[in-house]
Amino acid sequence: MVAAWCRGLVKRYEDVVAVAGIDLEVRRGECFGLLGPNGAGKTTTVEMLEGLTTPDGGEIEVLGERWHKTRNDRLRQRLGVQLQETQLPEKLTVEEVVRLFASFYRRSRPTDEVIAMVELGEKRRARVGKLSGGQRQRLALACALVSDPEILFLDEPTTGLDPQARLKVWELVESFRARGGTVLLTTHYMEEAARLCDRVAVMDYGRIIALGSTAELVAALHAEQIVELELDHALEAPALASLPGVSGAVGRDGGLQLSVHDIGQALPAMLSALAARGVGLRRLTTHQATLEDVFVHLTGRALRDE
Amino acid sequence: MSKLHPLVELTRARLLEFLREPEAVFWVFVFPVLLAVALGIAFRSQSPRVVPVGVAGTTGRAGEVVGLLDGDNTLGVRQLAAHDGETELASGTLDVLVLVPDDPGQTLTYRFDPMRPESRVARDLVDDALQRKRGRQDVVAVRDEHVAAVGSRYIDFLIPGLVGLNLMGSGMWGLGFAVVQARVRKLLKRFAATPMRRSHFLLSFMLSRLGLLAGEVGAVLGAGWALFGVTVRGGILDLAVVSLLGAFTFAGLGLLVAARSRTIEGVSGWMNLVQLPMWLLSGSFFSYARFPEAVQPAIRLLPLTALNDALRAIANRGASLTETWPELAVLAVWGGVSFVLALRLFRWQ
Ligand SMILES: Nc1ncnc2c1ncn2[C@@H]1O[C@H](COP(=O)(O)OP(=O)(O)OP(=O)(O)O)[C@@H](O)[C@H]1O
Ligand SMILES: [Mg+2]
Repeated sequence: MVAAWCRGLVKRYEDVVAVAGIDLEVRRGECFGLLGPNGAGKTTTVEMLEGLTTPDGGEIEVLGERWHKTRNDRLRQRLGVQLQETQLPEKLTVEEVVRLFASFYRRSRPTDEVIAMVELGEKRRARVGKLSGGQRQRLALACALVSDPEILFLDEPTTGLDPQARLKVWELVESFRARGGTVLLTTHYMEEAARLCDRVAVMDYGRIIALGSTAELVAALHAEQIVELELDHALEAPALASLPGVSGAVGRDGGLQLSVHDIGQALPAMLSALAARGVGLRRLTTHQATLEDVFVHLTGRALRDE
Repeated sequence: MSKLHPLVELTRARLLEFLREPEAVFWVFVFPVLLAVALGIAFRSQSPRVVPVGVAGTTGRAGEVVGLLDGDNTLGVRQLAAHDGETELASGTLDVLVLVPDDPGQTLTYRFDPMRPESRVARDLVDDALQRKRGRQDVVAVRDEHVAAVGSRYIDFLIPGLVGLNLMGSGMWGLGFAVVQARVRKLLKRFAATPMRRSHFLLSFMLSRLGLLAGEVGAVLGAGWALFGVTVRGGILDLAVVSLLGAFTFAGLGLLVAARSRTIEGVSGWMNLVQLPMWLLSGSFFSYARFPEAVQPAIRLLPLTALNDALRAIANRGASLTETWPELAVLAVWGGVSFVLALRLFRWQ
């Protein structure tokens, strides 16, 4: 069963095509991740699905309904939304904000229950302006969950949070899913996508460049290991890409990154290839392939600007 | 607590946000009272001034003239040397100087500056007093009747104008800023993602004004009454109805001005542009009767003029609500049209 889908979705702004014709399908009960660097078009895509931004082209259906110009109340009753950069009213308390949001929904969870769920019970009478970043993020989640939604849209729910705060958000998303909810989230963090998402779409420049489960995407690299090389002379990636045991190579930050399926074959071959060209090796590191490497191999760029 | 209607929750949230903003509270409740006090003191009606008169002369005749004038308590008469008199006249300490010649056959001289209205009055008062003392008879029978009525002083005129001005200012600034701030912070977008009715959101802003109204109008009227004895001649309820309509009107205008602005700076400019003409023209501080006849019908169509006129009619003249219907109609049209336009033009993100 499909919870939400879009086909041929396009959004153009004056100077940029933010979303360049994408097809997506979010299944009921799954957690679907949109992974991509800054400006990839994640927010634009999600906000079109949420009915906040009007697409320039394409079709959208959410929970079996289409967005109209007006009268979307019935559909909105069934959604939970957390936007990338909402600042909730600073002068109101946690309790007041949740009550306010609850009042918009015909069927809503009790305020106390939602506040307890996001572990803000002790802060219920604290003003929003006095909350920490992680607490604000959980309050935003409380506002999204108060309607007891069928599908939850989360736009970068953990950006800027410390690991502990991030973990709490992850647990909240997991418990929502355990109750049968569907989640669509965007993120820059591959470990977030890997932990939470059943399937991931990797976005870049408004397009989807890879789609599948984390395991599938990593497997598609045909790499057991990722080998990163730092060299004293620049070397074109193709020079090493066809060595035995190597399934691909891309240049990155002046060095090279190889995806390797047989490290026993690849290492000696690579070393002799370097020696033959008179290129010295400064540093060599290897690690298990991750979503991050998938992105690097698809685009030659890192997911985040570090 | 049981769940309340979204309109109630939105209004409550709006009121709480306002009351927790100390600066906003100052501008809405305290500032207008301070303004009323300052203006009331500056333009308070004074008891008639004693007219300073100098008499100069070297002979006993000067003393005689002083004796004649002394009986009149509107005049403060002093005898002094001629050249001191000239100095005081020049500096404005004397309104008129009477020069008494040594020779009884010569005429008295009044020295004064005819360009100073108080000097001309002083000359006539002195002359009148002297001539009467010397036996001049009035030829027409007249009678004076003094009016110093409460209700016709400047402060009586001012207080309703300040109420009107305050309703405009707090309605427009208060709502305009709150709306644009919510837009800048993407709160409006977040609300748009809920099933909240958009009209409820805008209506809650207007309703929140209702909650503050009593305090806002009460503060200015109360200060006027306590400090200057300004009273409301007409019905308090009538005044409340007019204030309510005025508050709604300016809430509507505030929402309209803020309907599309994306920045606080942007909305401030528009707010000033809309309010400045009314500050000047709508007769809050002085009567708009001073403007040319030709533009007065236009001035009367401004919402603040209508509000001030209706408030004054009730507070100063004791008019009834029905007598102010033309003003109420002007207010209702401004408010209604603004609200509908605001709802249509409103930018949620
Ligand atoms: N309202 C807008 N007006 C003009 N351009 C916009 C607007 N919103 C987004 N864009 C542009 O569209 C592109 C995609 O933006 P979007 O916010 O969807 O990216 P994103 O993937 O969410 O990025 P981030 O990870 O930084 O949040 C960017 O180039 C952005 O500058
Ligand atoms: Mg984004």
